[in-house]
Amino acid sequence: MTHNADPMRPIPYRIHRVRSELADTFTLDLVPEDGVHSLNFAPGQFNMVYLFGGGEVPISISGDPARTAPLVHTIRAVGPVTRAMKALGRGDTVGIRGPFGTTWPVIEAEGSDVVIVAGGVGLAPLRPAIYHILANREKYGDVRLYYGARTPDDILFLSELREWRGRFDMIVEVTVDSARGYWAGRVGVVTHLLERGRYDPEETVALVCGPEIMMRFAIKTLNQRGVDNDQIYVSMERNMKCAIGFCGHCQFGPYFVCKDGPVFRFDQIASLFSLREL
Amino acid sequence: MSTKIGLDRLIREHPFFQGMDAEACETLAGCAANERFNGGEYLIRQGEAANKFYLIRHGSVAQELRVPDRESIIVQTLHEGEILGWSWLVSPYRWTMDARAMQLTRVLSLDAECLRGKFANDPTLAYELFKRFIPVMASRLQTSRLQLIDIYG
Repeated sequence: MTHNADPMRPIPYRIHRVRSELADTFTLDLVPEDGVHSLNFAPGQFNMVYLFGGGEVPISISGDPARTAPLVHTIRAVGPVTRAMKALGRGDTVGIRGPFGTTWPVIEAEGSDVVIVAGGVGLAPLRPAIYHILANREKYGDVRLYYGARTPDDILFLSELREWRGRFDMIVEVTVDSARGYWAGRVGVVTHLLERGRYDPEETVALVCGPEIMMRFAIKTLNQRGVDNDQIYVSMERNMKCAIGFCGHCQFGPYFVCKDGPVFRFDQIASLFSLREL
Repeated sequence: MSTKIGLDRLIREHPFFQGMDAEACETLAGCAANERFNGGEYLIRQGEAANKFYLIRHGSVAQELRVPDRESIIVQTLHEGEILGWSWLVSPYRWTMDARAMQLTRVLSLDAECLRGKFANDPTLAYELFKRFIPVMASRLQTSRLQLIDIYG
């Protein structure tokens, strides 16, 4: 739910902290300029982040949903707006509209095992779901995180991955596409972890986020293991502008990704997923 | 010290040979040996004769491409329950990569020349083995393709 009466009007937020995550990825901790505006969100939702005079981009919220402040966004600098955002520092101001969109099924998944599959910066939109699940650990069965990155230098949230891996109630497996000799972890694609993972397909809810090509192969592997499409949730990415289903920029078949997504139960969109053009 | 009977059991219990009949496992055990590698030791060296393949029982192995004057690139790691090596099936029977134990690694090695001898007399055994190798080869080809297209890009 948005807490802004006018969903098209950005609320000014000040950058409280900038954290460099990877060479091209950074995290902004934001606090409202008026000091009172609070933004409650659910795991999987996104905000439109406005660089005044630069442009507006949809960015998933990567912080803890149990904490309303600071508002946390992890951003990969890939286009002109996000590259310009990378140059921002403490004290600078951005505009925030949101939160928007559907959520990871953290309530529906209670009582099930949870398999979380993330690729690259796709771990950021899943992090709020992980925080929620770990904060309510007793409500879930086995929890597994399978994460793939390009190289060891591209592993996002490394210290948290280590922390989660050190818990006794969560399995964390990380793999990279290639590495040099010093790397002691796995090398191979994330689908390989899914092929060999010891999860029970019947009892599993899978949350998948990453580039579409990675999600396609991850879903194929989950299906081969016996996880049905109605047990799989994906977060889609499209060119979102208004974020409220008016402008049509993010149309995906009969859906608007901003309003009907970004999180979809996969059986809703399976027929659209492999179309060559849409 | 493992006996032939012990090797037979280890073969039968390895996921690669899941479902293989006991008699075939016993035959294969005649070509098998237990080996152990410390972390950092090489099981395989690129360009050398491919005269074995390995069932990984414990530990992990990094498959590395050697690049002159540069640090080797790890292209895949293999772990307990997986197999290492299919160059022994394909002429000119030379290893195409190095394979380094990443930690203490226990394997069963199967001797290629011995296996070829058994296959000559028992085509069914050859078929059973090839049936298991082809999905592994297909999976590794698929992995290479996914790595090539940079799925996290």
